[in-house]
Amino acid sequence: MPSAPLRLGAQGAAVALVIGLLGLLVWKVSHQIGDETVAAGVRKGDRPTAPALDLERLDGGRLESAALAGKVQVINFWASWCEPCRDEAPLLEQTWRSMRARGVVVVGVDHQDATQFAREFAKRYRMTYPLVRDPDDKLYDKYGATGVPESFFVARDGRVVAHVPGAVTPETLAAGLERAGIR
Amino acid sequence: MMRVLVILAAAVALVSPAAASQRHPTQHELESELICPTCHTTLDQSNAPVAQQMKALIGQRIAAGDTKSQIEARLVAEYGRSVLAKPDTKGFDLLAWVLPIAGVVAGGIAVGIAAWRWSSRRDASSPADAEPLDPELEQLVDEELRRLEP
Repeated sequence: MPSAPLRLGAQGAAVALVIGLLGLLVWKVSHQIGDETVAAGVRKGDRPTAPALDLERLDGGRLESAALAGKVQVINFWASWCEPCRDEAPLLEQTWRSMRARGVVVVGVDHQDATQFAREFAKRYRMTYPLVRDPDDKLYDKYGATGVPESFFVARDGRVVAHVPGAVTPETLAAGLERAGIR
Repeated sequence: MMRVLVILAAAVALVSPAAASQRHPTQHELESELICPTCHTTLDQSNAPVAQQMKALIGQRIAAGDTKSQIEARLVAEYGRSVLAKPDTKGFDLLAWVLPIAGVVAGGIAVGIAAWRWSSRRDASSPADAEPLDPELEQLVDEELRRLEP
């Protein structure tokens, strides 16, 4: 009777399909979560290594990790549409200007933003520190940022030592730099 | 005839999106098809700062004469792939397109097989193929039926 093998085949195919879809789901979820984020590591009290950086600058050219090696870095995620970013921009610029000679670099990572508006913003707030674009959110995801603005402090050894969600204030900025070895 | 209809349907399905991407869209059309990356609703339902900025950019590009595909490409380049309401047609996202079609095809095949088996079984049990009644029983049934007649 042909119906029994047919039924068995259909059942086998259905089970294989369900197993295949479950496998895909597990693969996708595991790849989406990936490694632990920098933010999660800092929250636990670890000193995670700062993710490598190779991004297009807003004013042309590229900025790579090699150019930041040995410096204390303030990695600041921002966007031109973000209101708190307007409040902290002058403070970050002032820090960059006053501490640049001591080996401190502020890096503004523009997140989910249109280039033309980001450039207008940078001009309006006279931002002269390096500004890069992160259009695929790769750096944003590696750091585990959850919005803008957010700042991460990287010590000279390339380890992330502090994280400030939200706009930095003179106090949180000083505390982050101190943890990164700047007194 | 059926083959011609299938070819026509396939041609319409392939040509329509391509033609749509080459024309000049309205502001509302794009706002209803693009997603605000921070609030994850379509732009026309969002007043988030990034959504307002995207709407302004769409307005600028429409005024500049860009086509729908050019504006979408620009927004993806600026804000990332998450602004597209439709899943991508490559990589893992391709499954979102393939699986529903595969499901419909598999369902159609299953219904076809079930219908074929059901009709075969009905043919096998039809009165024409049934065994004749025992003559005594048949006579009994006829007598009972005659008694019931007025």
